[in-house]
Amino acid sequence: MSPYTGHSREEEPELLRAIGVETFEDLIAAVPKALRQSRPLDVPPGQSEMELRRLFLDAARRNYDPLSTPSFLGGGLYDHDIPAVVRHMTLRSEFYTAYTPYQAEVAQGTLMTIYEFQTMACELTGCDVANASMYDAGSAAAEAALLAAHATGRQKILVAGSFHPHHRGILETYGRPPGLSFVDVGADRPLTPADLAGKIDGETAAVLVQQPNFFGGIESIGPLAEAAHAHGALFVASADPVALALLEPPGKLGADIVVGEGQNLGNPPSYGGPACGIFACKRDLIRRLPGRLVAETVDAEGRRGFVLTLQTREQHIRREKATSNICTNNNLVALGMTITLSLLGPTGLREMANLCLQKAHYLAGALAAIPGVRRDPDGPFFHEFCLRLPKEASEVIGKVYKDAGILAGCDLGRIRPEWSDRLLVAVTEKRTRQELDGLVTALGRALQ
Amino acid sequence: MTSKRNHRLIYDRTIPGHRGYDLPACDVPERPVGELIPRDLVRGQAPVLPQVHEPEVVRHYIRLSTLNHHVDKAVYPLGSCTMKYNPKINEDLAGIPALAGLHPMAPEELSQGLLGLLHQFSRELVEIVGMDAVSLHPAAGAQGELLGIRLARAYHDHRGNKKKTVIIPDSAHGTNPATAHMIGYDVVEVKSGPTGKLDLAALREKVNGETAALMVTNPNTLGLFETEIAEAARIVHDVDGLLYLDGANLNAMLGLTRPGDMGADIVHINLHKTFSTPHGGGGPGSAPIAVKAKLAPFLPTPTIAERDGRFFLDFDHPHSVGRLAPYVGAVGILLRAFAYLRRIGGNGMAGVSRAAIVNANYLMKQVAEDYPVAYPGPCMHEFVVSCSWMKKHGVKNIDVAKRMLDFGVHAPTVSFPLIVPDCLMIEPTESESRASLDELATILRTIAREAREEPDTVRGAPHDTPVRRLDEGAAARNLQIRWTPREGTEKER
Repeated sequence: MSPYTGHSREEEPELLRAIGVETFEDLIAAVPKALRQSRPLDVPPGQSEMELRRLFLDAARRNYDPLSTPSFLGGGLYDHDIPAVVRHMTLRSEFYTAYTPYQAEVAQGTLMTIYEFQTMACELTGCDVANASMYDAGSAAAEAALLAAHATGRQKILVAGSFHPHHRGILETYGRPPGLSFVDVGADRPLTPADLAGKIDGETAAVLVQQPNFFGGIESIGPLAEAAHAHGALFVASADPVALALLEPPGKLGADIVVGEGQNLGNPPSYGGPACGIFACKRDLIRRLPGRLVAETVDAEGRRGFVLTLQTREQHIRREKATSNICTNNNLVALGMTITLSLLGPTGLREMANLCLQKAHYLAGALAAIPGVRRDPDGPFFHEFCLRLPKEASEVIGKVYKDAGILAGCDLGRIRPEWSDRLLVAVTEKRTRQELDGLVTALGRALQ
Repeated sequence: MTSKRNHRLIYDRTIPGHRGYDLPACDVPERPVGELIPRDLVRGQAPVLPQVHEPEVVRHYIRLSTLNHHVDKAVYPLGSCTMKYNPKINEDLAGIPALAGLHPMAPEELSQGLLGLLHQFSRELVEIVGMDAVSLHPAAGAQGELLGIRLARAYHDHRGNKKKTVIIPDSAHGTNPATAHMIGYDVVEVKSGPTGKLDLAALREKVNGETAALMVTNPNTLGLFETEIAEAARIVHDVDGLLYLDGANLNAMLGLTRPGDMGADIVHINLHKTFSTPHGGGGPGSAPIAVKAKLAPFLPTPTIAERDGRFFLDFDHPHSVGRLAPYVGAVGILLRAFAYLRRIGGNGMAGVSRAAIVNANYLMKQVAEDYPVAYPGPCMHEFVVSCSWMKKHGVKNIDVAKRMLDFGVHAPTVSFPLIVPDCLMIEPTESESRASLDELATILRTIAREAREEPDTVRGAPHDTPVRRLDEGAAARNLQIRWTPREGTEKER
């Protein structure tokens, strides 16, 4: 008997008697004998807590130590500090062992945190409406593309060449079967309206741009949104929530939908997930909004309360007529972001973003001064930038780690072989000047 | 109840100038923001965020947390959701900094320990469900379905099959038809037979050369095992269709029978149900998709592979559908599930499902007199009852559900599956003791008596929760979906 099971095998006969059968077999007669598991599962036998802890700690020791390793890895997931309060709150049983708030009367805690999250997502993105969150920024972008196709009755989606390549892949996975076609516009530099010429037309459902883009560059949202609207297309931006402390929010610059990665605030990178997609849009798209939405209402005594709303949009009512099949949100990750933003407030968020900005520019200047190294693409950036190196990035990363114990950045050759000389460097508020200088020294040495 | 005064949002607690977190001073030469970011792109107006000091933030979220029902408090018999206990050790292990803090773009040589765990997990999951390969990408059951049917489509397209339809029983969860539609297939519904199970004659009528797949939940949403599943698989395979097995109810089958042995080609595994990972108030979940070898070439990239003792991200799937997760999936959740899998072990799996099945049948027996079971006979891990008889007292299933909340337990799933009018779907899981089941049965019987003798008590429920029944109609009409400054705290009573 596992310690998680409510009754022992010794108690079972009594339960069976109460049920009115003689053996367990009587309960599972519907399972044909031919389909029964006839040999033991080839899975190790159950282990105690002690043994499990050893298994996991042994595995942990075979990884780098994220606590002591300065990291300049980014590519959509950034090493921001997590306030101590967050883990204490998200580990409250009341939050993490509850389910979707179907019975609102005993789920006001969850519903209110979602309502707070929706408010914060609106504030950051500059949009009127935000849902309770989605799986990640990539699938949120894909849902945005599907929404745009439904809203416009068109099938063509233009995607900036500087969009996150992995998110670009998710677009295809989601969008191609229902008949969407994706057309790349521009390359690794920020997009211009001229890049859209000849490709944007009356068949275009949406233009998708990332802010800052995958290579760190800052996009001029306004003119792009205008160009999209001129052809009756929607404009979608995928934006980093920390960057939006300093950058004018896309929603204020004409974007119809803004998505983003909420994991970056208050949640560990966890090797890429669980993540948390932010999804915000203009008010007139609310009835096409995918996913969960919480609204304020009153109870039978007129008191303030919160409920899931507009569920008629959702799959369990509309079944095959639903535009999305999503029926959850990544709530606990969203809660991490909500609590973090509550702690930071507008001033703390701005200070965090400013530290990222300042340190990234200090580092970029010093790295670009190393002979043979140049920033490409150049131009304005927030906290991430792309370097072209005179050697393979993978080799340089390996040397820097061996020499200085620093993770220098993302080897873009792992994404596309032709980018093997590109190093994507991200800088957060956690990096000290000493670590920045350490990277400059080690990278210089690695290139000698 | 003091909690009734607690319906203030964190925004309502703002005191201008307060903050709950500080940052170190800038240790590099600072330049004006306007020099670094084009002036027309610098944010003009700061986002409105709460301004609250740390103790107030903590108190606020502690207060909100007390308004929730949760598994650690009392029974949560939500049918089809498998609200089992979430072991504490899982949280500790997944939270180890040298696992949770890893970045997916770090060199693979520096993440061998983690990749090794994920590789072992993949291998053992595949064994438990009797399949050949797995993708850890899907972030939830619905996304697992999306990937599963996407794989079916890739398989058919690759073979030049002209497929148009996905066949789905009328008892299916709404995600099934929504998913098939998203992948561009037409949905063909097949009616359940008189026993609540797949009707093979009806199925044969619907299956033809255009059938891409049959999506079946087994045990089905009535808690009944699809006895003829292997024959259904043969019928679909005869037209080169695929059997998609919705693994929502896998908790009834661990170590007892395997989807792969039933003929399934694709199965999704809800780790947040069967493998004990927490539901988190609605997510994050994780739902790996396991497939037979013929579908492995189409899996999303990367998968986790091993060669000569070295683990790596494998992009070598020649006909891959592409990407689903931004990196490799919800690793934090996968680690929790792996901890559970190893805690139970190969020798303990059958005991989990066995206890879940015994518990469900025991509870069903205790309440059947007051709550007629839709399809009598033994159930697997859950069962569906009807509240239709209460209509003559003016009481509906939703009233029973709301009244249960007054007794400190959660309600079952309401009005699903759609084929049983006025139903409740009850799944106690293996976590509950006999005493806990007896308590739940007593509550249900009490409510049945109330429905007969004092129906107003049931109709007006809940009475003793942080809020009374909420006006969903008003919520949808007004669509107030965010805090706005003008509201302030005036609504607080």
